[in-house]
Amino acid sequence: MSDTVLETRDLTVRFGGHVAVDHVTCTFATGELTAIVGPNGAGKTTYFNLISGQISASEGSVHLKGRDISGLPVPERVDLGIGRAFQLTNLFPNLTVLENVRLVIQSKRKKGFNLLTMAASHTELTEAAEAVLERTNLAAQRDQIVHELPHGTQRKLEVALLIALDPIVYMFDEPTAGMSVDEAPVVLDLIEELKADTSRTILLVEHKMDVIGTLADRIIVLHNGALAADGPPAEVIASDVVQEAYMGRALEDA
Amino acid sequence: MLRRLISGDTPRSTVLSIVLLVILIALAFAPFLFPGTRSVDTAARVCIFIALVASYDLMLGYGGIVSFAHTMFFGMGAYGVALASIHMGRGFDALLVGSVAGALAAAALAFVIGLFSLRVRAIFFAMITLAVASAVAVLVSQLSSITGGEDGLNYKIPRALTSAHKFMDDKLFGVRINGKLANYYLVFFGSLILFLILLRIVNSPFGRVLQAIRENDFRAEAIGYRAVYYRTSATCISATVAALAGSLYAIWLRYVGPDTTLSFEIMIDILLMVVIGGMGTLYGAVIGATIFVVAQNYLQNLMGIAEAALGDLPVIPLFLNPDRWLLWLGVLFVLSVYFFPTGVVGRLRRRV
Repeated sequence: MSDTVLETRDLTVRFGGHVAVDHVTCTFATGELTAIVGPNGAGKTTYFNLISGQISASEGSVHLKGRDISGLPVPERVDLGIGRAFQLTNLFPNLTVLENVRLVIQSKRKKGFNLLTMAASHTELTEAAEAVLERTNLAAQRDQIVHELPHGTQRKLEVALLIALDPIVYMFDEPTAGMSVDEAPVVLDLIEELKADTSRTILLVEHKMDVIGTLADRIIVLHNGALAADGPPAEVIASDVVQEAYMGRALEDA
Repeated sequence: MLRRLISGDTPRSTVLSIVLLVILIALAFAPFLFPGTRSVDTAARVCIFIALVASYDLMLGYGGIVSFAHTMFFGMGAYGVALASIHMGRGFDALLVGSVAGALAAAALAFVIGLFSLRVRAIFFAMITLAVASAVAVLVSQLSSITGGEDGLNYKIPRALTSAHKFMDDKLFGVRINGKLANYYLVFFGSLILFLILLRIVNSPFGRVLQAIRENDFRAEAIGYRAVYYRTSATCISATVAALAGSLYAIWLRYVGPDTTLSFEIMIDILLMVVIGGMGTLYGAVIGATIFVVAQNYLQNLMGIAEAALGDLPVIPLFLNPDRWLLWLGVLFVLSVYFFPTGVVGRLRRRV
């Protein structure tokens, strides 16, 4: 758990006069699960967007395995191994659950520019997609149209897409938000399972402190866009600055 | 075998299957079923417009790309054949060279337009295509030394494709087996092949990506698809097929002019055919093109008959005067959009 896979150096983005992410320098080691916490508007999702490429930095850089990827568009970062699940559900609403996952597998295997074969004849893609559905407990919804599914199931599919992509760096943005009490553990178990694979690195934005306390190897705290704390879970949660300023309420809730 | 030919994209509705089969048979045997210059001409136009509208649907219905330059690509194929036939002399080699050159030019232009404007919002692409298409239409009408201007170009096609050439002296089922018949079957099979290729493309992994990008381009990028590459490729394929359909049209008509290939009216016709038939399904192109082209050619006749039949009544015959056919075409369009917002095919396929 020593070699750095992902690194942000002085990563900054400004929207007009507002500094959303403020000179965040941080490294993420292979096999580590880092939880990113902080109050609403602290810049967690924006920090994610900078890493996965949905917005570009005003200053600073993102490095994957030592390579500067700051200037690359989203799909190229995906190719290099950065995968992202979104906080607000972001799926292909008029396609079936299977088709959503199949599209990811197809992208992963570079079959997108296959023009003259029938998509249906690529049974290997379908089988791989079915395996992901099985793993994410979505097999029963295989042929349902996504926008007809309940919100919690859509959230689960959001996670399934990331698992199908199987990147080097998994980025989960509040994966259990809006899930029912019996659905959330399924997703958390999946993340736990991913964690067991030491070649994968996981970044997790999550509010539930009890979850993070047991799951994370490390917690970083963002406040007003800046890095406010960084360290092992117990230490960070116990630290005065976190207790008082940001985590007081969250801890009581949990 | 049949499933492979239609790329596993079955009509998924009994009524639709029957309608499609009827259209296929009618077009396949049109010269025998509906002998007469005008009816065969209508059938040939139906074939060509099915391919043309299907190629437009690849962009609009599958890719979610709005383009107003489709007639420009159509025209490039047509003018390619015309210019090659004039400068190389009549011959199949001229037809081939003209078609290939037109298709390549259309693909190249589509590539440039796509790469420049598909990165940004869809509306920008629509406006660029409108501007380029208008510019090309003006150029064609002004450069009369090359393009024949507003008069267009007349040229000779190989004798084997004209009615002057007889393959046998006797008639078969009352139809002369001449070059014109061969020409019709060139158009029919050419269009059929183009349609089947498009059907395969929309049902390929590439077609699925296009649908994904139409649904949610943001997420498509986040799972690794470069939307601009896919949109540009779809535009190029669409332009190529449109150009080839234009070549078939030029071979059939033995004439090209701005009014037959480049005019904005044809662009609107294509849009209407896609919408009437149903966007996002190539079978919609078949239905839309058939209804529209037949209505365009025969609505006037029908109205003439109706006017004569109701001649004694007051006022009504005024509305049924054949000169008012555009009004009725408009009514037909409004009604079809109102009753079939997802197109005829969408309606027929609706899950019960």
